Amino acid sequence: MRREPSILHVDLDAFFAAVEQRDKPSLRGRPVVVGGVGGRGVVATASYEARAYGARSAMSTAEARRRCPAGTAFLGGRFGAYRRTSDVVMGLLRELSPLVEPVSLDEAYVDLAAGPGHDLSVDGVTALARSLKERIATATGGVTGSVGAGTSKLMAKIASDLDKPDGLVVVVPGTELDVLQPLPVTRLGGVGPATAERLRAVGVRTVGDLARKTLPDLVSLAGRAHGTGLHALARAEDDRPVVADREAKSVSAEETFATDLTDLTVLGAQIDDMAARVGGRLRASATSGRTVTLKLRRYDFTTLTRSSTLPQPTDDPRQIAAIARRLLVEAGTGGGLRLLGVGVSGLSPYAQGDLFAEDDDPAPGDEDADAGGTSSPRPAPVEGGAAVPDPVARWWPGQDVRHDEHGAGWVWGRGLGRVTVRFEGPLTAPGPVRTLPADDPALHAAEPPDWRPDGARSGGSRRTGGPTRRPVRVGHDRAPDVAPADPGRPGSLPRLRGAVPPDGGRGE
Amino acid sequence: MKFRVAREVLADAVAWTARSLPPRPSVPVLAGIMLDVDGSQLSVSGFDYEVSARAEVDVTATEAGKALVPGRLLAEITRALPPHPVEITAEGPRLALVCGNARFSLPTLPVEDYPALPAMPSSAGVVDSDVFAEAVGQVAVAAGRDDTLPMLTGVRLEIEDDLITLAATDRYRLAVREFGWRPESPGTSAAVLVPARTLADAARTLTSGPEIVVSLSSGGSGEGILGLSGKDRQTTTRLLDAEFVKYRAIMPTESAAHAVLPVALFTDAAKRVALVAERGTPLRCEFTPGQVTLRAGGTDDEGQAEERCDVEFDGDPLTIGFNPSFLLDGLAAVHTERARMDFTSPLKPAVLSGVDEPAADDQPAAPAERAGSYRYLIMPVRLPG
Repeated sequence: MRREPSILHVDLDAFFAAVEQRDKPSLRGRPVVVGGVGGRGVVATASYEARAYGARSAMSTAEARRRCPAGTAFLGGRFGAYRRTSDVVMGLLRELSPLVEPVSLDEAYVDLAAGPGHDLSVDGVTALARSLKERIATATGGVTGSVGAGTSKLMAKIASDLDKPDGLVVVVPGTELDVLQPLPVTRLGGVGPATAERLRAVGVRTVGDLARKTLPDLVSLAGRAHGTGLHALARAEDDRPVVADREAKSVSAEETFATDLTDLTVLGAQIDDMAARVGGRLRASATSGRTVTLKLRRYDFTTLTRSSTLPQPTDDPRQIAAIARRLLVEAGTGGGLRLLGVGVSGLSPYAQGDLFAEDDDPAPGDEDADAGGTSSPRPAPVEGGAAVPDPVARWWPGQDVRHDEHGAGWVWGRGLGRVTVRFEGPLTAPGPVRTLPADDPALHAAEPPDWRPDGARSGGSRRTGGPTRRPVRVGHDRAPDVAPADPGRPGSLPRLRGAVPPDGGRGE
Repeated sequence: MKFRVAREVLADAVAWTARSLPPRPSVPVLAGIMLDVDGSQLSVSGFDYEVSARAEVDVTATEAGKALVPGRLLAEITRALPPHPVEITAEGPRLALVCGNARFSLPTLPVEDYPALPAMPSSAGVVDSDVFAEAVGQVAVAAGRDDTLPMLTGVRLEIEDDLITLAATDRYRLAVREFGWRPESPGTSAAVLVPARTLADAARTLTSGPEIVVSLSSGGSGEGILGLSGKDRQTTTRLLDAEFVKYRAIMPTESAAHAVLPVALFTDAAKRVALVAERGTPLRCEFTPGQVTLRAGGTDDEGQAEERCDVEFDGDPLTIGFNPSFLLDGLAAVHTERARMDFTSPLKPAVLSGVDEPAADDQPAAPAERAGSYRYLIMPVRLPG
């Protein structure tokens, strides 16, 4: 353990919802829920206003709808917007120290000891954290973060959670156990519902209770690795280093369906779509992988994964899709699938080129190579699939749009051949709502709006990335399986497809 | 059935036929080798519905007849026999085999259950057996082994009058070889896909005579057959019923830079440097005028290696990465002392081809069609950064 509180943990407050409220002035101060907006969606983030009514992350959207009042905005996620804002925050953190470990879009550790000449006294770190919070709020257009500092990652994370939202807690060296031991054990990383239940059975509720258990007791309770870890954490013993650019272990995409799907053609189209997203992310981060995994959850919530390993790593969406389709045929769709996911692991910075891969710059003769090399011809659009050219299905709640006449706005609701748009942006006052035909040729999908008044966007090059840009972190290695009661988590926001009724609280 | 045969002759014929026996036969009789004596000829044949093999051997026969014998067992026995003439006699449901002081009595399988071997299709033409063996070997190396994409496990065989083109690819490399042959009738044109492993095996083992007769039947419903007949041996294989890639479209038509490599020296250097390349990591080739620097490994927990090799290089300096075994496969297949490598960019396929040596005065000139007739495309490994 260090002698100075030199590790910072920054956790942005209700991040996705905060970005939505920044970009959509009419939602400021009102309950906002970001997540899957269909019948089976799951809440990714609820604004603090929505939390007051009991909406929580990982709760089903249906449950959140029951709890929240009419007028609550239920929005699909805009990950492009979240990532841009997150990039700005991570940039600020990297100004403090080269050792920044992003945990997700809205969370990161910073090792101040690796930075240039910081005053690492309690007062120094407090002042630094206060100034950081101000700069984050300014640079992000009002998104706030809670900052914790301590002598270890454990203490920094605990500290950032003590005074949320917009909190700032520096745990004074030497007081770690005083801070830690009154807390419930569930605050420790790695103590989920299952472990908590087992601990409760032996009378352990607080970290202090846990600290009174012997190592052999904990090992017999939770296994060698986990038990040893708990024993150390309960004593605030944590010497995990802050690791910059922790490498992604896999890249994946998944979809929860509004209704169980059995049709291989429809599911195949879904696979193609997810493979395209995974391939795009692999290419964006200049990685490729050898193992393609198909995850499927059946109608009865049984979840399984099937994988296949290639002789050479690939980032080609068509090859990923072809393998995933074969795995799907082998696994079968009996009874219907409620969730399908495609992932690639065994990542490598080297990609063996593929003679038949799609060429990025179309050249003559490309078509010929395609015709022969395609092993998974994309199926024709099918009933009920994602490819249906239903004008309404182009729009989803929260989506950024631009109208040739009315300007920039976002989709508030849709249905019955119409789409309702609120025309406003991060720099405008709350704007008017207009209902337009869903196939209005003047209405276009748009990029996320810029929240900076001077338009000082860092430019397209920042997102596409030049050769010198540090690698983009492409994903987290997710727990292979999520229990039915917890079918989603922030960062794996399921997007819903298919016929979803008009949304946004209208008619509630 | 009763005959006498030289031990070596029998052992060779049985061993050759046994190679095409299925490891796990779908029906028990397919594990058998058929011995069929007619006049003074013994035919030794095997068949698994995909591949058939038939060897003919001169014997001293006293009684004609047929017997179906467990194939692998017969192959092991004949290989182990002492150097004496072998006498084989059918004795009811068993087969007696006597050689020197050794005597075997083998059970037989029901001859009437054995499927008829496919008839050899009509001859399409004749090819020199050495040329064919070399060409097939050069091309089959690039075929894939993953059965999930049948197209990639085959060798494409295209006939256009007196020219045969073979091509195979596993999507990472593509090998193409052209050679001349003598078609039965001028203007012959055909294109089929032959299982690569079977073809390579057949071409390699049919070199005892100077020529191979190529026979083709492209039956209407994907039941096409390729037949290859060498001296005393003939084999048929079912064709793959799959489209092949339009590989000509991916052959680069231009070259931005090229190198001429001494194959043996460059191969040895590449093998040495590749020792530190862990699975999936590339061999970096940095070409500059006059030399190439090979590197592999590089991160802290890996070994590192580097070696320079003198080459001719014409073009802007270029760094390109290859899977070491793909590169070595190609170098081993060009069969010339020097090889030419053409590049368009570090992300586009490089093309390896043989270089014809100027004929020395006292040597006959190299066959003209050889130079340039072999092309081995390698898709590079994208290097980070």
